Amino acid sequence: MLLSNCNFWKLGERDNNLLKQRDTLVHLSDAGIERGGRWLVRGLEFSVKAGEIVTLIGPNGSGKSTTAKLALGVLKPSEGMVQQRSDLKVSYLPQKISIDWTLPLNVNAMMTLTQSLTAKEIEAALASTGAAHLLKREVRHLSGGEFQRVMLARAIARKPALLVLDEPVQGVDFAGEIALYELINKLRDTTGCGILMVSHDLHMVMASTDHVICLNGHMCCHGTPQSVATSDAYKKLFGERAGALAVYQHHHDHTHMPDGRVLHGDGSVTDHCRPDDGHHHSTKTSMRRHAHDSFRITKDA
Amino acid sequence: MLDDFFTRAIVAGLGIAAVTGPLGCFVVWRKLAYFGDTLAHAALLGVAIALLLNVNVTLAVFFIAITVALLLLALQTRSTLSSDALLGMLSHGSLAVGLLALAFMTWVRMDLMGLLFGDLLTVTKTDISVIYAGGFAVLAVLAWAWRPLFAVTVNRDLAAAEGINVAAYDVLLMVLLAAVVAVSIKIIGVMLITSLLIIPAGAARRLSSGPAMMAVLAAIVGGAAVIVGLFASLNFNSPSGPSIVVAALVLFAIGLVLPARHVLQGNRT
Repeated sequence: MLLSNCNFWKLGERDNNLLKQRDTLVHLSDAGIERGGRWLVRGLEFSVKAGEIVTLIGPNGSGKSTTAKLALGVLKPSEGMVQQRSDLKVSYLPQKISIDWTLPLNVNAMMTLTQSLTAKEIEAALASTGAAHLLKREVRHLSGGEFQRVMLARAIARKPALLVLDEPVQGVDFAGEIALYELINKLRDTTGCGILMVSHDLHMVMASTDHVICLNGHMCCHGTPQSVATSDAYKKLFGERAGALAVYQHHHDHTHMPDGRVLHGDGSVTDHCRPDDGHHHSTKTSMRRHAHDSFRITKDA
Repeated sequence: MLDDFFTRAIVAGLGIAAVTGPLGCFVVWRKLAYFGDTLAHAALLGVAIALLLNVNVTLAVFFIAITVALLLLALQTRSTLSSDALLGMLSHGSLAVGLLALAFMTWVRMDLMGLLFGDLLTVTKTDISVIYAGGFAVLAVLAWAWRPLFAVTVNRDLAAAEGINVAAYDVLLMVLLAAVVAVSIKIIGVMLITSLLIIPAGAARRLSSGPAMMAVLAAIVGGAAVIVGLFASLNFNSPSGPSIVVAALVLFAIGLVLPARHVLQGNRT
């Protein structure tokens, strides 16, 4: 396409047919970005559709965050094209935010950073990520996990059509991590928003993603979690072990809620898992099981 | 009431403090203190150009300050020099050119000390109307653009991703700073404008629990510094500009001794 060199497009209503399907939120075509003579990432060709979770995985420096920023329009592609649907409402959870000492900023003010919200909306969003008790706290004094919960709540409260999450659960404790992934899944199911996620947690990625993109400066492989995990490119990047342990199916009989309590299949709620509970996720190897058991031991001790 | 030179000085000073307080918060938050200095130094060049072309000083200073600000933005994206080195070059470069221009204009009898350190006691009623008209305009724009401007300050990427035109708000902040420098140069002087931007904001920080509160407190601290400084200047026959800056520093020091707000409110669970 003649128009396609080096650009980021915010499409008007009339141009929307440029996107292959109407429910496509953002589309990258052969996009790449170059800094100081080096390609950070190139050859990106994918789209995020409404109701779809796309996850970017890859080693450090493979261009995951850069790809997310390209999709957001924060970075402009040096080649290729990035198209966003017109008036697309986006929420972004960056990988890292540093709040300077000079900035007096509490959680309440953080929630309304780019939008005005009622007290009720703020409370509901914070409660959904298990962060309701943090409302009055200064952002600078939050722990890593608390901060992520607040930032996720902020992103959700915007009611976005496209949610971009750059390592949303970094620093979150193990039980919380599962709960937040469940929340992200639920959000997609209930609001139908599209989610573009960067993640390090291969188990979680494989469990809750529709489409995995494996990056290493370019798209090594992509597709459903199953097809990616069994591909040679993936095994080369992450090792044989990762491929073996990554794919598993849901066998839910209980769910961890954001506040750490457990919701069982029969609707009852307890503080801990029951002795006869199955895994909430069973893996091909027993790794998840072990991790889960050790969580129970520390909880019970 | 405004016939008394001292009353005029206080009214003018309070008007300036009401604007430099909130705007100074952004200068502190975004670590633009040196940038404020650069604009102020460029203002001297603006004065020289105004005298040379026989145009309004405030307007000339405003446009030169904006030109230097935009030049800086352009250089930052293109040059490999670090931005503090660029600032140093622009700051002292424009100061030197301004001083040279003034020196060569032998037909102009110019009180250089007045330009460098200002003279609040010679403020006219016209100056006051310029300060208040400019001040209201700056505060109105600041209030209108508060949320996006603050969001850009907290995190640029996040703001850009969520639909805020980051570059436009960068330029807006520079225009506001240039306007403040332009309206206050006669009063507080080239060398001391930055101190009225950063010292009240610094003093307000420890006493504030939120950004808006810090902006209001900074304006109040600045106003108090103006009043205390001017009375001291009257009593001790000291130069007015430096007296105000020293008064602001004293208030900052008092603020350091007071217990910090977030310690008072600490309700960790």
